[in-house]
Amino acid sequence: MAVTNRIRRSMIFLNTQRAALVKDAFVYHPDCVIFDLEDAVAEGEKDSARIQLYQTLKHVDYQGVERWVRVNALDSDLVNEDIRAAVAGGTEGIRLPKTETAAEVKEASAKITAAEKEFDRPVGSTMLMAALESPLGVMNAYEIATADDRMMGIALSAGDYTRTMHAKRTVAGTELFGARSQMLIAARAAGVMAFDTVYTDTDNEEGFKKELQLIKDMGFDGKSCINPKQIGITHEIFNPSAAEIKHAEHVLQAVNDSKENGVGVLTVDGKMVDVAWVEGAQRNLKLAKAAGIYKGALV
Amino acid sequence: MINKIGRDIPDEYLKNGVEPFQGIYYRDGYQYKKAAPTVRAYVKPDGNKLVDSIHDAVVKSGLKDGMTISFHHHLRDGDYVVNMVMKEIHKLGIKDLTVCATSLGKAHNYLVTCIEDGTVTGISTSGIRDEIGEVVSEGKLKHPAVIRSHGGRARAIEDGTVKIDVAFIGASTSDAYGNASGKGGKSDTGVLAYADGDAKYADKVVVITDTLVDGPNFPASIEGVDVDYVVKVDSIGDPEKIATGALRLTKDTRELNMAKEVAKCIYYSGYFKDGFSFQTGAGGPSLATTTFLKQYMEKDHIKCGWAMGGVTEPIVDLFKAGYVNEILDDQSFDLAAVASAHTQNHFEISASQYANPFNKGAFVNQLSFVILGALEIDTGFNVNVVQGSNGILRGAPGGHPDTAAGASVSIIVAPLIRSRMPTVRDKVTSVTTPGESIDIVVTDYGVAVNPRRKDLLAAFKDTNIPLKTIEELRDLAYQYAGKAKASRIYRPGRCLSRIP
Repeated sequence: MAVTNRIRRSMIFLNTQRAALVKDAFVYHPDCVIFDLEDAVAEGEKDSARIQLYQTLKHVDYQGVERWVRVNALDSDLVNEDIRAAVAGGTEGIRLPKTETAAEVKEASAKITAAEKEFDRPVGSTMLMAALESPLGVMNAYEIATADDRMMGIALSAGDYTRTMHAKRTVAGTELFGARSQMLIAARAAGVMAFDTVYTDTDNEEGFKKELQLIKDMGFDGKSCINPKQIGITHEIFNPSAAEIKHAEHVLQAVNDSKENGVGVLTVDGKMVDVAWVEGAQRNLKLAKAAGIYKGALV
Repeated sequence: MINKIGRDIPDEYLKNGVEPFQGIYYRDGYQYKKAAPTVRAYVKPDGNKLVDSIHDAVVKSGLKDGMTISFHHHLRDGDYVVNMVMKEIHKLGIKDLTVCATSLGKAHNYLVTCIEDGTVTGISTSGIRDEIGEVVSEGKLKHPAVIRSHGGRARAIEDGTVKIDVAFIGASTSDAYGNASGKGGKSDTGVLAYADGDAKYADKVVVITDTLVDGPNFPASIEGVDVDYVVKVDSIGDPEKIATGALRLTKDTRELNMAKEVAKCIYYSGYFKDGFSFQTGAGGPSLATTTFLKQYMEKDHIKCGWAMGGVTEPIVDLFKAGYVNEILDDQSFDLAAVASAHTQNHFEISASQYANPFNKGAFVNQLSFVILGALEIDTGFNVNVVQGSNGILRGAPGGHPDTAAGASVSIIVAPLIRSRMPTVRDKVTSVTTPGESIDIVVTDYGVAVNPRRKDLLAAFKDTNIPLKTIEELRDLAYQYAGKAKASRIYRPGRCLSRIP
């Protein structure tokens, strides 16, 4: 089973063609990087990018940052070599673009298995993430998310999706509301993580913050980023606030106390609380701990 | 002879009182008699200092073969004065001159011609860049170039190590009697701080201005009592290149992250108290530090007593917003600094007041923090800011060694790797600032504290400052960039390094 309990607030796309970028992007402290072999790489540079990917995976210590590779589409003649290079280099996971069906996930998984055997990697150790970029992909989100044990999460990619929906990108994100909701429900039902699309207006910090707050409130686990400056802001919004941490501590302490005293419903910080609150409180504290802002012993 | 930081200084350089470097405070308490200029008395009241041209000023000054002339660099990349003067000297056929400048750059490239034909055979400067750096690095200068810090230059002039025969001082405004200032006129430089010692210690002083004003031109940076001749020219410089527009605050996330760590180091150092003082360089991360420092100042209701140095817009912004009480200015870097120099509580200080280690206490000694850049840093915390890794002279120590030695906390901020060159390494190409005076090195890969500063290590212990040893930083740099293959006079007259 793919590791789904790791903190993955930010996933930054890196153009693998650019040596200066991939050599040490861990200095920006993202939770994950995605070495891109697909759209960012010029057609004539696909081979050199793949070689650079292998060398980077093999020789650069990414200091605990999770390394993903976005390969070219399954129907391209590039994907087999992309997967071989990524697996040979020891990537933690592969992001499959333009996924529309469970069969595609299975096909990709089979290719990964072959590469794992070829390069002596433990079979099943490479995770998969599927990008949903079309109405059909969004409709099939649950089947895609449950298609294979390698599946760690599903991610929305809004560019192609809005185009095929005949929709227009809006500041409020109205055109994505349906897709975001549907894929989130599918992800939670399937027990995988959910990631939101990139925010392309990199100079609009306020707009970016609003979108982050929206997707955090909806329940997303993280956001795809395209500029290093988006990483810190993403973490800032996704991290539980000091008040949330304090409240979660109070909830867990109160529930623990109530167990001893045999009380089922209690009041914490002026609000009624029961055991149903425990999971949310634990999740907040675990996230805070993983983010290094909670040092307590309650989780 | 091997100096205290392990550099071999050939005996041929150890003459005329030059000793090898023996520690940054080696000459504390040293007593000496100040040098004094030879002065021509102007007793008759009808004396006229105005001369028709630079040519006439050079002739009247009595400049001869083998003498030393001086210039300042307040006109920066827009400077016309150095080239105008050197062209006249060239025409007169005077040879074997030593140019004692506060800094030399691309605006002064006519000096290359003068070096190549023997008009100039010696250079002493606090900065050397562009084509001049290249020809000197190629060995075309007859005598070894001497590179001193701003404070070291002021020291050398005052203790007589450097004897200036004729000082040529470009001034934004002057009256006919030579009371000159960096303020006003069509080439406003804000201050004329670096020319102060030149005017007081040179035998002959020529003021060159494009804006002659009615006297007395007060307050005067250069006093008429020290000036022999005044020349009015059409223009002393290109205003657009003298003071550039705002140095753009960096948007580079890597640089901003480094700046955040610098501000964090300042905050947790134990020296961040109401009334603190600081100086920053003009590099990207140094400038950006002011933004993050302001956030800490707001948070803890702390104000800065004074900010010093090359003044830039971010410092002026803090000053205007009331976070900095006073500015001590030895160089105005941009238009905002120039404009601010005309306002209250923005004070001009001389190079000697700023940084001379041989006076009775320069302002650098009272600095709480200085934030500086580096081309290279070694595991002994020695810093190079002058010589590129390819051996070419391309930088300026400026006030680097002075402020590092004086400040309570000196912080270097630099990326661990530049292009493919490791910044942190076993040994710097040449030493500008001894590691003894460097306390903290902030890079994009982590922060190293000089083990000598146990107080800072203790202060940072329970913070989230990403501490590493300098050796760990070096190893990381070598891991990613590989190991690169691979003279200077320290401020109180100690020889640090020899180039090449």
